[in-house]
Amino acid sequence: MKKTMYEKIWDSHLVVDEAGQAPLIYVDRHLMHEVTSPQAFEGLKLSGRKVRNPHSILATMDHCVPTKNRHLPIADPIAKKQIETMADNCRENGLNLYDMKNPNNGVIHVVVPEHGFVHPGMVVVCGDSHTATHGAFGALAFGIGTSEVEHVMATQTLPQKKSKTMQVVVNGSLSKYASAKDIALAITGKIGTAGGTGYVIEYTGSAIRELSMEGRMTLCNMAIEAGARAGLVAPDEKTYEYLKGREFAPAGDYWDQAVAYWKSLTSDEGAEFDTTIVFEGADIAPQVSWGTSPEQVIGVDGVVPSPDSFEDEGKRKACEGALAYMGLTANTKITDIPVDLVFIGSCTNGRIEDFRIAAEVAKGTKVAPGVTALAVPGSYHVKQQAEDEGLDKIFIEAGWEWRDPGCSMCLAMNGDELTKGQRSASTSNRNFEGRQGKGGRTHLVSPAMAAAAAAAGHFVDIRTL
Amino acid sequence: MEPYLKHHSVAALMDRNNVDTDQIIPKQFLNKVERSGFGIHLFHDWRFNDDGSDNAEFELNKPAFKGAKILVAGDNFGCGSSREHAPWAIADYGFNTIISTSYADIFYNNCFKNGILAIRVNQEQLEQLMAEISANEGVSFIVDLENQQVITPAGNGFTFEIDPFRKGNLLSGLDDIGLTLKHIDKISAYEVTHKQTFPWLWA
Repeated sequence: MKKTMYEKIWDSHLVVDEAGQAPLIYVDRHLMHEVTSPQAFEGLKLSGRKVRNPHSILATMDHCVPTKNRHLPIADPIAKKQIETMADNCRENGLNLYDMKNPNNGVIHVVVPEHGFVHPGMVVVCGDSHTATHGAFGALAFGIGTSEVEHVMATQTLPQKKSKTMQVVVNGSLSKYASAKDIALAITGKIGTAGGTGYVIEYTGSAIRELSMEGRMTLCNMAIEAGARAGLVAPDEKTYEYLKGREFAPAGDYWDQAVAYWKSLTSDEGAEFDTTIVFEGADIAPQVSWGTSPEQVIGVDGVVPSPDSFEDEGKRKACEGALAYMGLTANTKITDIPVDLVFIGSCTNGRIEDFRIAAEVAKGTKVAPGVTALAVPGSYHVKQQAEDEGLDKIFIEAGWEWRDPGCSMCLAMNGDELTKGQRSASTSNRNFEGRQGKGGRTHLVSPAMAAAAAAAGHFVDIRTL
Repeated sequence: MEPYLKHHSVAALMDRNNVDTDQIIPKQFLNKVERSGFGIHLFHDWRFNDDGSDNAEFELNKPAFKGAKILVAGDNFGCGSSREHAPWAIADYGFNTIISTSYADIFYNNCFKNGILAIRVNQEQLEQLMAEISANEGVSFIVDLENQQVITPAGNGFTFEIDPFRKGNLLSGLDDIGLTLKHIDKISAYEVTHKQTFPWLWA
């Protein structure tokens, strides 16, 4: 039988498949951060169980760490306790932790690929919905809850329901300045935040092949925004090139053996997907979200939609609510919307390529009066690489703040946040009400779009620059 | 986990689609290292005014919905992050049943790990339930998991589908990990083969 890549990975990880109970699948890699793990460690301890395979785990601290003045003690006593608990739990269980002061520290989904910890064909989990990022390597990677974190620690397996398969094809090539982020937003805009529920998406087509590994990570990262369990891109020479020589990549004789296996993972010619959706790369304009859900998104050359333009009553009501929350009027041109704060970073767009393209746009500009602009690298390695290339100077000269790594304004747990009514252009992944601070208004964009908005003080069609 | 028992209780209505986990439990409450005590923060940004007083406009603050164990909500409930703090907050507040047309995957799984029954209904059933609650706020429904039935005073009751494995765990209050560990020999055997097939993963 012809199989999709998802089916091949699923079949190779099936440990138990018996009638009357959920199939058990094996987990190769378990990623951790400080927010969704403490209660799992507590549960493990209370039940007298142990971590089955400590080597399968890589942990970092990212959600509530400060992005400036790291040398000072954390002011918030509750955040401080969470950080200390993470360190204690990792030490007691012999886990590899890149803590706040470690040169390898950063956002979990940026750090893990940097060390080659995820390979094609693996099953990867993390108590974090953006685990989907690692599908860029052709790994089945998905977010889990804290009870499941405990389950994986204790058993190295998870009861799972098999997903349906969806193929998203992006033909041709993207236009200049359209990016992986714009593909992700355009997909969510088209199928909605529940469009992928119950599915694993495989992204195919020439525009996907042309994406760098960083771009593929951005794309898969947002599979969850379309409701999908995971996103996948078949591995190719770019994948192998990226992995080769990294700390946890196969070495010596194992390398060729691993590559041969990885090559066998691609979906068979003619394998059937449950659903297929097709995009033309050239049609994808730089996207801007206008509402309070990632599906409320439109090309930068568009206008804020009117509630009347939606036939579906739920969507019409959602549009009304979003416009009220966002302080926007229907039919306003997207390029007429002003911004107060610009954020480049997060597990979606906090990698070196993101800062390169943003710096290219920011070079020689000044942040518009009244606008605050934050550049928050996804890891210390991204920060160092950017500084080696002189990108930090470009941002600083343009009036940006150049910070230490962390999740920062993506979910605003660490003190970096919007105040009520403030409007951001953000390269993160969610524009839910209050996500970046109570009453804050978030517009999701690509790094290039964010950098252009910082200089202009409003959204700009970067294709016209 | 407490076994899920048949109950008769008030059904609260949230007539909104795409209620996300950032609304269910906003990020400023995720710093805790315990599982308990999240109920007082449930829907914080909607539920309270800036001065900390109850927002009278927010549906769950209606006196008629006090003590509700059943939450009837719009499509795609629980979308967004994986935070299990969302079902912890829902359960701690007092709900043990959610009725909607659809749920985000991770949230759905998380509910069943915490004794919350998430029931899927079709659009027509949801609209009938919503209309019944709107017309008679404070109305109570019977939820009978054993027989997979919801019974309402106006006769909008229905039977629902549920995965037998999830149903069994809810009814017995059984620990998932304990169930999996019954297969420990199979897991060990899998690992032996896995090491032979993918030696580089274990190097």
